Amino acid sequence: MSGNILEIKNLVTSFRIRGDYYAAVDGVSLEIKPNEVFAIVGESGCGKSALALSILRLHKGFYTKVEGSIFFKGRDLLSLRDDELNDVRGKEIGMIFQDPLTALNPLMKIGAQIEESLTIHTDYTAAQRAERTLELLNSVGMPRPGLVYGQYPHELSGGMRQRAMIAIALVCKPSVVIADEPTTALDVTIQAQILDLLRDLQRQTQSAVILITHDLSVVAEMAHRVAVMYAGQIVELADARELFHNPKHPYTRSLLESNPSSSSSGEGFLHVIEGMVPNLDRLPRSGCRFSPRIPWIPDDAHEADPTYRTVAPGHLVLCSCHEHFRFSDERGTSHALA
Amino acid sequence: MPLLEVKDLKVYFPIKGGILARTVDHVKAVDGVSFIIEPGQTVGLIGESGSGKSTIGKSVVGLAKLYGGSILYNGEDITKYIGKNRSSYRRGVQMIFQDVYSSLDPKRRVLDLVAEPLRNFEKLTRAEERKKVDELLAIVGLGPENAMKYPHEFSGGQRQRIGIARAVALRPKLIIADEPVSALDLSVQAQVLNYLKIIQQEFRLAYLFISHDLGVVRFMCDHLLIMHRGRFVETGNRQDVYEDARHIYTRQLIAAIPDPDPDMKDEKRTLRDRVGKEYDDLKDKHYSEDGRVFDLKKLSDTHCVALP
Repeated sequence: MSGNILEIKNLVTSFRIRGDYYAAVDGVSLEIKPNEVFAIVGESGCGKSALALSILRLHKGFYTKVEGSIFFKGRDLLSLRDDELNDVRGKEIGMIFQDPLTALNPLMKIGAQIEESLTIHTDYTAAQRAERTLELLNSVGMPRPGLVYGQYPHELSGGMRQRAMIAIALVCKPSVVIADEPTTALDVTIQAQILDLLRDLQRQTQSAVILITHDLSVVAEMAHRVAVMYAGQIVELADARELFHNPKHPYTRSLLESNPSSSSSGEGFLHVIEGMVPNLDRLPRSGCRFSPRIPWIPDDAHEADPTYRTVAPGHLVLCSCHEHFRFSDERGTSHALA
Repeated sequence: MPLLEVKDLKVYFPIKGGILARTVDHVKAVDGVSFIIEPGQTVGLIGESGSGKSTIGKSVVGLAKLYGGSILYNGEDITKYIGKNRSSYRRGVQMIFQDVYSSLDPKRRVLDLVAEPLRNFEKLTRAEERKKVDELLAIVGLGPENAMKYPHEFSGGQRQRIGIARAVALRPKLIIADEPVSALDLSVQAQVLNYLKIIQQEFRLAYLFISHDLGVVRFMCDHLLIMHRGRFVETGNRQDVYEDARHIYTRQLIAAIPDPDPDMKDEKRTLRDRVGKEYDDLKDKHYSEDGRVFDLKKLSDTHCVALP
């Protein structure tokens, strides 16, 4: 398997809207290496969560079609039966969800929720399970682990709940952890703590982390490699350092430019991307999907059938329009309002 | 004369207990804070969830019952008017809400939503009203064809812009913006922040900008109020707070802002660890014995910090 722990090939995840299927993830191929933090970044509606949920096939089958292949340890997850997949879920691939209050079971004690995976996936005795759970609560930095073990989710603060979620994801020592917006619902100080914790745990356990986020600053803090998604496609893929210092795709550059944390002064206006992300059923399916949002770039600068180009080792960009994109081309100040 | 002057504001929520459900104690959501807002100024109110920042916003628009203190608008105490006609105040102070999905009535058209404040305070003919609504929508970059649509037909950023159009309909002097961009995507957030700035210049508006995002606050605000446990720990202008933070809580807050430069991540981490340790070591010196924040002390004309 050429040293990759997870290989996604030409993944298409489509949702049914009024009888027709529309692809939210449209032909994504990715290779995740062991022991790396791989970030997928994009705005709401770009397909990043649809992609993450496809890996463990957590979509409702009735409305969703997942095509392509996802190889994990030599097996295609998409062709496994449900009971075979259940052996992978939680054991070899762990998942951290955005909102710990809805993801945790309100009627189960924290300790029992963490042990649940151990009961299903291992033959530990009850004492061993409790021991492993307490050890884990300790390592996720939970204050008073002995007490929390017997508490219910509503008794914990948001940060503590997120720590409990992380413990659940890690309990079976998975080799891949998918973290879907793990800190979005948290305060800045707690966010910093959770990010530091995730990074430390990743270094200790050497597992691969797929980090789904919309926050570029979180990406900069955490990721080794980054994929930027727009309208169901990966538009740019590079090492984190390369991406932040040498962004190419107009979408990536616009996103970085519109971040108020990077334009530190209060003078002037933030960069705004013209138009909006199109709805799933109105998405243009041919040509460069970002072209309607940069209308001042001439049509012939885009490729009719965009392909990935290598601009530096390991740095891929979709479509040739980036060669023609400059912020100074934008039309005056009215553009800041688009 | 300042536009708004808040003096020693206290908002306590009662804790009921016993068989007679008598008030046994209080949660001190806001415990003695004072600040002023000058015309055209943007004051940022920053704190974690539960620090009492939204409660301050609510009490300024009259949605919370005060336990003590006073709120002066144009020099006039508005607290004594509770339940009475406060029309000049009601016109002058408006609010923009965080959740754009629950703050617009789904059954009403944009025309009615934006015209509601006009109908309450001004007698306009239908044609005049329509013209005014179109003007307001144009200010936030929405065309007149949108007036007959319903909120669900808009994206989050557009909804927030409708919320802004509604808030500026009566030409207010002060807008309370309670986390106006927290629920929005980065590019949409940029758009809404730009509109807030443009409208401010156009109408000489003052903002009380409530947020937990220090990046956004730095972009928007002239004066910052850092809140913790219902009290201010530090106040100052951008430079005072971001370059020269004195209170350990402010320092921790600033260290927690993720840096959008991957080269800085190790440095940032070391800084966070150091500040975190400092916080544990110095906690006793920055808070009184019962965990209360001290009173503010003046360091310079702009910079105040809560130290003993």
